[in-house]
Amino acid sequence: MIKLDNLTKIFDTSEGPVTAADHISMEVPSGEICVLLGPSGCGKTTTLKMINRIIPATSGTVFINGEDTSAMDTVDLRRSIGYVIQQIGLFPNMTIEENISVVPRLLGWQPERYKARASELLDMVALDPSTFLKRYPNELSGGQQQRIWVIRALAADPPVMLMDEPFGAIDPINREVIQDEFLKMQAELNKTILFVSHDIDEAVKMADKIAIFRAGKLEQYASPDTILAHPANEFVAGFVGSDRTLKRLQLVRAGQVMGARPTFVQPQQSLSEALVIMERNEHRSITLVNSQHEPIGIISRDVAWNHQGLCGEHYEGLHGIAQQHDDLRTVVAQMFTADSSWLPVVDDQGRLVGDITQRGITHHLGATYRTQG
Amino acid sequence: MDTLNFLLENLDQLVALTLEHLMLVSIAVGLAIVTGVPIGIAITQNQRAADIVLYIASVIITIPSIALFGLMIPVLSLIGQGIGYLPAIIAVLLYSQLPIIRNTYTAINNVDPALREAARGIGMTPLQRLRMVEIPLAVPIIMAGVRTAVVMNIGVMAIAAYIGAGGLGTYIQRGISQTDPRQLIIGAMAVSVLAIAADYGLLWVQKKFTPKGMKVAG
Repeated sequence: MIKLDNLTKIFDTSEGPVTAADHISMEVPSGEICVLLGPSGCGKTTTLKMINRIIPATSGTVFINGEDTSAMDTVDLRRSIGYVIQQIGLFPNMTIEENISVVPRLLGWQPERYKARASELLDMVALDPSTFLKRYPNELSGGQQQRIWVIRALAADPPVMLMDEPFGAIDPINREVIQDEFLKMQAELNKTILFVSHDIDEAVKMADKIAIFRAGKLEQYASPDTILAHPANEFVAGFVGSDRTLKRLQLVRAGQVMGARPTFVQPQQSLSEALVIMERNEHRSITLVNSQHEPIGIISRDVAWNHQGLCGEHYEGLHGIAQQHDDLRTVVAQMFTADSSWLPVVDDQGRLVGDITQRGITHHLGATYRTQG
Repeated sequence: MDTLNFLLENLDQLVALTLEHLMLVSIAVGLAIVTGVPIGIAITQNQRAADIVLYIASVIITIPSIALFGLMIPVLSLIGQGIGYLPAIIAVLLYSQLPIIRNTYTAINNVDPALREAARGIGMTPLQRLRMVEIPLAVPIIMAGVRTAVVMNIGVMAIAAYIGAGGLGTYIQRGISQTDPRQLIIGAMAVSVLAIAADYGLLWVQKKFTPKGMKVAG
């Protein structure tokens, strides 16, 4: 748990004092990722860096797991916090092993212990220790360096991590991959993480909570869905964008919105049976499943109306298929591509478990506005 | 032909003088490293101190060596060392300060601020930062300064023959006073060859000392 209590930073500049962070108070529960978000110069990075005293606070207190850090020695405090900065902060004169184990070495671990830890961490990000331990940072690609520098921050297993735009310097494709890897890691490690970003999409993807800053002030601190659905003021609304409702699509999985009792036919059923089911449900088409209950095609009402015979003889290919854990953005993109108003939803084994419709999606997104009046 | 004969006849002496020359320069530059590197590191902490120190070192380097020797004679005579090895070593020590201090200062100051912040952020003390990050990264540039100092001062040391410091300058001095082109040519050539050889030798050392991870990039 990280708690900031009236944290304030006033810089003395030649043009007089500038308040970079103005009485910031917030609390990040253990195991959550909190993204500090805002335009440049809004105080998000200053706030982050006051926690490990890279920037000394003018006033206010930081509590970590209930302990007032102002009583702690700066060096000890920093060693107990994982720190990942914007630029690649690997030391070029050290091997990957030395880089990863730098904090454990500062803490005086025995060599066997920190070496084992370095291998373990490399395994965790799917980099082969026998290949990478003895290499130097400049022999690695940008994406690999990024992974190393994230695991370096994890080396001494700190409960708290501070990350300053950690994925800002990576190309968009690699960034997605590393964000996904990081979330997977976090699901196991449950660190309490403060994460600075200026990218609303990254924040929506990574955050349990988002803190939006402007001109040194905390404007809103809430879950991504609340921020997107109910921005506290004009500034937040403007910052998260006029397409904020679309961004909420990322926060919802297909499985949460799908109709769990999908209609379907099997190949040996007749087209007239299919027509009956469609008419009863007012559907324009229906999913055809094989004996493993996997969707293999669809039958449209027109076809069923105009033809005789079995479903297995008159189906057309699937327009698309949604995985249960796909987010709605992916699902909607598929619908738009296929010009289709619904998609069958399958589970991890590929079996039909539901269907998802555009109506169902708009209804789900609209729910929060209706309850709020 | 004359010169070559003279060279072959006096080969032993030539070798001895070369070694003496090299030893004097090595001692002086060695002392300069021991003093200059810490000074270079220290002045990264204070811009004003850095300006002053670099200014003084620059002024020193503009004093002609022969004048510097002349200035030292009365001072060092007080301890009976007005001529000989001591003033020669002191002169080279002083001349070496600028390239060594300046390169150290520049190298440490040019360490990527992101790396410095990373080092602070993970909890290195200032000394650990110097030892584990800043100095290793600065070594190639510091060594380049040492090379400049050595090559430059092999020339200065040749002039120190005039105050009886020995070394290869002895041939040049004798060649001039005895109007003996053989000795003059041999002395001058030997000094040049020594300077070139020392430069290449130190280049090799510089590469050896460069942290491996900084070489691969090229």
